[in-house]
Amino acid sequence: MKSMTILFSTDSNSLLNGSRSYAQTMKDLVKEYNLSKMVDVVETGTFGFYGKGVLFQVFPEDIYYSVSSVDDLKEIFNEHVLKGRIVSKFLVEKEKIKPAKRTELKETRIVLRNAGIIDPENIEEYIARDGYKALYNVLRMKQMDVIEMIKASGLRGRGGAGFPTGLKWEMTFKAKDGKKYVLCNADEGEPGTFKDRLILEGDPHSVIEAMAIAGYSIGADTGYIYIRGEYYNSIKKVQKAINDAKEYGLLGNNIFGSDFSFDIAIRPGAGSYVVGDETALMESLEGKAGRPRLKPPYPTEHGLYGKPTLINNVETFANVPWIILNGPGAFRRYGTEKSKGTKVFSLVGNVVNRGIVELPMGCTLRELIYGFGGGVAKGRTLKMVQTGGTAGTFVKPDKLDLPIDYESIKDGISLGSGSILVIDDQNKAIDIAKKAVKFYMHESCGKCTPCREGTRDLYILLDRISKGIGKKEDIERIRTLSMEISDSSFCGLGQSINLPLVSLYDNFKDEFLELVKAKSKNTSNLI
Amino acid sequence: MEKVEILRSRIKEVKSKQVEKGDMILSSLHLAQELFENSIPLEAAEAMAEELDVKIERIYEIATFYSMYSTKPRGKHLIRLCESLPCHVVEGPQIEQKLKDILKIDFGQTTKDGLFTLEQTSCLGICGVGPVMMIDGDAYGNLTVESIEGIIEKYRGDRK
Ligand SMILES: Cc1cc2nc3c(=O)[nH]c(=O)nc-3n(C[C@H](O)[C@H](O)[C@H](O)COP(=O)(O)O)c2cc1C
Ligand code: SF4
Ligand code: FES
Repeated sequence: MKSMTILFSTDSNSLLNGSRSYAQTMKDLVKEYNLSKMVDVVETGTFGFYGKGVLFQVFPEDIYYSVSSVDDLKEIFNEHVLKGRIVSKFLVEKEKIKPAKRTELKETRIVLRNAGIIDPENIEEYIARDGYKALYNVLRMKQMDVIEMIKASGLRGRGGAGFPTGLKWEMTFKAKDGKKYVLCNADEGEPGTFKDRLILEGDPHSVIEAMAIAGYSIGADTGYIYIRGEYYNSIKKVQKAINDAKEYGLLGNNIFGSDFSFDIAIRPGAGSYVVGDETALMESLEGKAGRPRLKPPYPTEHGLYGKPTLINNVETFANVPWIILNGPGAFRRYGTEKSKGTKVFSLVGNVVNRGIVELPMGCTLRELIYGFGGGVAKGRTLKMVQTGGTAGTFVKPDKLDLPIDYESIKDGISLGSGSILVIDDQNKAIDIAKKAVKFYMHESCGKCTPCREGTRDLYILLDRISKGIGKKEDIERIRTLSMEISDSSFCGLGQSINLPLVSLYDNFKDEFLELVKAKSKNTSNLI
Repeated sequence: MEKVEILRSRIKEVKSKQVEKGDMILSSLHLAQELFENSIPLEAAEAMAEELDVKIERIYEIATFYSMYSTKPRGKHLIRLCESLPCHVVEGPQIEQKLKDILKIDFGQTTKDGLFTLEQTSCLGICGVGPVMMIDGDAYGNLTVESIEGIIEKYRGDRK
């Protein structure tokens, strides 16, 4: 027999399919047969896609198996591992899972360069793939030169707002204060988005290294990663990574023998979407209710504990070591004129293959849904797509071929968090609208009236329409009320409600009108 | 040792990991909930206020603001069903109905035997395998009307 490596994805999605126990069974078998020298069983991050059973990859053959029982696994062990005979009945056709068009798809792995390849819990595997080399290089550079590199790359924030990252670093660098903080926003709460989770679980060191680089660049010695309270698995894996980095001297005092010292602590959230807003997150970290602060002053001047603070999203950070090692020019080769690099998209809803994929900015919904996603599930028809999360816009299939980037909002397509929600023709626009508004109503922090009361009024309005007791004027009111809330709300939460609601209204006005027409004769005078 | 005493000693431990004042308060509330079966009773709130050296109002402000905390007693197992759109469009509502039927309770309620509390939550970030729910710290994906019964049974089995 020849030596081989067997990779099990153990990201949160795969864990739910039972991947951990299958990986353990395989390890046990290898041990039982005394094959540890020959067969390496590795738990890794995401493959990017999910099947019905547990998926694993075997090298050097580079094939995928999908199994749904321990017996299946044993059969593969006996046949393939021991005898070298591929068991074709469990084989997953690559085209099915990784669409044949994948190369055509221009899949580009910058952020996900290590996910699904290394064991995220093994720091040496990260180091072997040039991990912490960017930090090493940076410590020999002037702070402003590092910042110039990030600026030149054109990297913009991946947390939704798209602010130029280098500029933010420069502003924090220039803020005069003895104490500064680096914050990683891992409060990922935008429905349909799980890329930050898979980055943290698949390659935690890429984020830790980037935070240290940021700390050096702006002159901070303390970092925090604020992770959603529900992300138990991410918290565990990142904590392990931080501990290992400390042990290897890559965090802590005098990193690589330099004057630079930097430490990172994790703080968990406790269930609140609005805490994803940077100022609310700072309130929360300080041990308060997470309500947004008035801006200005901006966090770069007056952030956590009143000190200059650099806050970036997980995905933004994960780009940084790659940019340092490959140069800003290499990064700028991907993407569009105003949006450089790649984006990690989460594809969810009524689509054959759900999962995450990293594509250059400017890719299209068609590439995502039909290329990577394999089309609409159950052979149904595509009705609409919501891009950017629940706080994003709804588009009809006529927009499938337009490029997606920070500028595409001009065509009505929001990039947001990179969530792509596929919705088939079994869904009614009114139900979608109600769910979207319910989310806002539920997550409103109550600080300002338009958002607190307005979202409730909007929900009641939609509820009436859905029950067939709405009036014709109510339909127009969906649009005007959404605009009113959006125009007068205090923070980005209330302000964004126009994106889903107005786009739904504009695209499906007729469908809404039908609901009030049918019943308007006999019920309209009831209320 | 009494639970409150255990809480006090754990908070002391947690506080030693504090980097800046206040940054361990949320973690302390998580701890309290673990100890007191998914909710924060008055005695725990009082102990936290003392140990963390903050007003009790602040503890309550936090306990009521964040959805993972509850001041109202909850069941031994906390079931959180995702209600966000990506789970909704993949037949989330059927799962919702089935769960309510099995448990014979509505959202926000606890079963008579005190075993389960059913709650709704926004996206849990595992929509790649939606519809999903979490029971305590464990997530369950690709839920079907057929599969839920068995999952719930598993938890009924370990009733003490
Ligand atoms: C209501 C609301 C929720 C947000 N949620 C998140 C989030 O979950 N993750 C995130 O990185 N940014 C979120 N943001 C954006 C942050 O405020 C901030 O812009 C971002 O963390 C900055 O990092 P970036 O420049 O790297 O994108 C949210 C903003 C608002 C208004
Ligand atoms: S817009 Fe909504 S979430 Fe934002 S501050 Fe006002 S009430 Fe709070
Ligand atoms: S929408 Fe249900 S887990 Fe994300």
